[in-house]
Amino acid sequence: MTDLLKSYRFREEREGDWQALEALLKRAENSGVRALSDDDIMTLPRLYRQAISSLSVARSISLDQNVIVYLEGLCSRAYFFVYGTRSTFGERLALFFRRDWPAAVRSAGLSTLLSFACMFGAAALAFTLCMIDMDWFWAFNDNIMGARNPNATTEYLESTLYTEGSEPGEMLGSFAAQLFSHNSQIALFAFALGFAFGLPTALLLMYNGVILGAFVALFTDRGLGYELLGWLLIHGVTELFAIVLAGAAGFVIGGAVAFPGKLSRMASAREAGRRAALIAAGCVVMLFLAGLLEGFGRQMINSDLIRYSIAGGTGLLWLSYFYIPRQPRLDPALEARA
Amino acid sequence: MSDAATAAPPSPAATEAARQAAVRRRQRMALEKLQRKYIRDLVTPEGAVLHLKIATFMERVGAFLLDFIFQWGIVLLVAYAVGVMTSAMGWSGWEIGQAFLAVFVFVFRNFWFVFFEMGRKAATPGKRIVGLRVASRDGGALRADAVFARNFMREIEVGLPLTFLFGIGDDISGLIALFGFLWAGVFMFFPLFNKDKLRVGDLVAGTWVIHAPKDKLKADITSAVSGERMAEFAFTPAQLDAYGIHELHVLEDVLRSATVEVRKEVADRIRTKIAWQRQPNEEDRIFLEAYYAGLRRRLEQRMLFGEKKVDKFDTR
Repeated sequence: MTDLLKSYRFREEREGDWQALEALLKRAENSGVRALSDDDIMTLPRLYRQAISSLSVARSISLDQNVIVYLEGLCSRAYFFVYGTRSTFGERLALFFRRDWPAAVRSAGLSTLLSFACMFGAAALAFTLCMIDMDWFWAFNDNIMGARNPNATTEYLESTLYTEGSEPGEMLGSFAAQLFSHNSQIALFAFALGFAFGLPTALLLMYNGVILGAFVALFTDRGLGYELLGWLLIHGVTELFAIVLAGAAGFVIGGAVAFPGKLSRMASAREAGRRAALIAAGCVVMLFLAGLLEGFGRQMINSDLIRYSIAGGTGLLWLSYFYIPRQPRLDPALEARA
Repeated sequence: MSDAATAAPPSPAATEAARQAAVRRRQRMALEKLQRKYIRDLVTPEGAVLHLKIATFMERVGAFLLDFIFQWGIVLLVAYAVGVMTSAMGWSGWEIGQAFLAVFVFVFRNFWFVFFEMGRKAATPGKRIVGLRVASRDGGALRADAVFARNFMREIEVGLPLTFLFGIGDDISGLIALFGFLWAGVFMFFPLFNKDKLRVGDLVAGTWVIHAPKDKLKADITSAVSGERMAEFAFTPAQLDAYGIHELHVLEDVLRSATVEVRKEVADRIRTKIAWQRQPNEEDRIFLEAYYAGLRRRLEQRMLFGEKKVDKFDTR
């Protein structure tokens, strides 16, 4: 017994605990914290601290490579588990809707205004130019409006606003689904482009605004302005709000990278990036709802008045959800875990 | 070495061997220095230091390509299944199928990474295969907002350059696309230009990608060496001082994984170096295990007294 190595005896005394920790971690990683009993949860921190101290000792007394590499890996895994997030996907989702998303939107007020100004400033400019001379329409038209251009008859334009002989159709539902994924991709794009100091985000917003302005001008010119806005805003309040917010997310990042203030550029980008990502993730949710309104609501509701009331209602809903200050009462245990 | 120099002029062959050994040592140290560049220290709240290893650019590209193949493989399979199903119904439900696919592709493209990285292993299937995981750079918990941020940024790292790439051509818009690609390439190759191998998404999210090793605890080699065996192999202190820690670790690797031929070669070289009289029917593996045990005991003792003999050139 006496001629055993010190480092070997050290290992022999502790390897049972190391392996117990490894088994616990494996179970937790494969099937979640719920797979651990209360006893397991109690022993885990003890085993973790023991493994950490074993690693420190092993580094100074043992030359067995395998033991040190093993402990290094085991301790890292245990560290990330013990000090990591342990909330479930559902809990994180609940927290996102109840606290994080509205808080992130509230914190980006100035960027939201800037984003709004970019999009609707460009829209107003395009609208004014088109109202003065409809030839401007061709400069802004990007062929995405198809036959809806100044050459179309007023009757045709009007017919595009209402679904007649309505078969609340599969066609339109599918169109909305594609619009949702397309718009959401654009929203995420606007967020990501913010990294280049926000300039491409501004261009993207203005580009969308210009098309919107020209489109509204065309219909207004034919005396269909009121009807068009009903058609547009029933889902547009949600959709345009989402795009404005996506732009705002881009500006939050761009601003943080360009003007880090007292923080280091890295720290500033990190803080802003996490906040902006929450806004962008929320935009996808909004655009999904907008897609539903567009695909089904708009096709089934052909009354201007109801369209306007839905537009107004959704607008109020979003504004109060985001901007009414509140202190969400959360389960303290959940908050600690998340 | 100094003994040899004073005693007699060394033979040209010995000088050449020593020179080559010195070259090998320099190469090894350069390699170790390179590897140390990828190690980051994380101090746990208990005050212990964990050495985290940053993933290299190529490892990350590999993990991404694997994920890319999985993602689009599944998308194609689902698209095929939808096609078969709707064609069986005479394409009557094709619009619904298309709508479903559009949403499916969007969700898969954007939330594949988010879903897996928010999971318990903080790694996508591709990263798991390569042996990587995502972690917060400040050592804290990896939160959902960070996962969102690092993955939504992929739009400008992969999506944007590829969009420009397909537009490159001879005409004016093609040239614009070329410049666009060069610009967007900055985001794509961002990890090459910083020491932590961060991509833009990591920078913005405050994360990095590290190795998640899963090494098994193997049996201690010295446990095979019994007391009477040790008595059989009574190495002198001089014989045990012939090598250092580096050689001990190489010997450990040899004993754990090498073939019979390699073991024989290593055993013969050690016997020559320490002038060991080979006993009749002495097995290579047993000799190596005994020498490993002796060497490790000697080096660990010296380490306790604060002397770390790095390798055989380290004579103190």
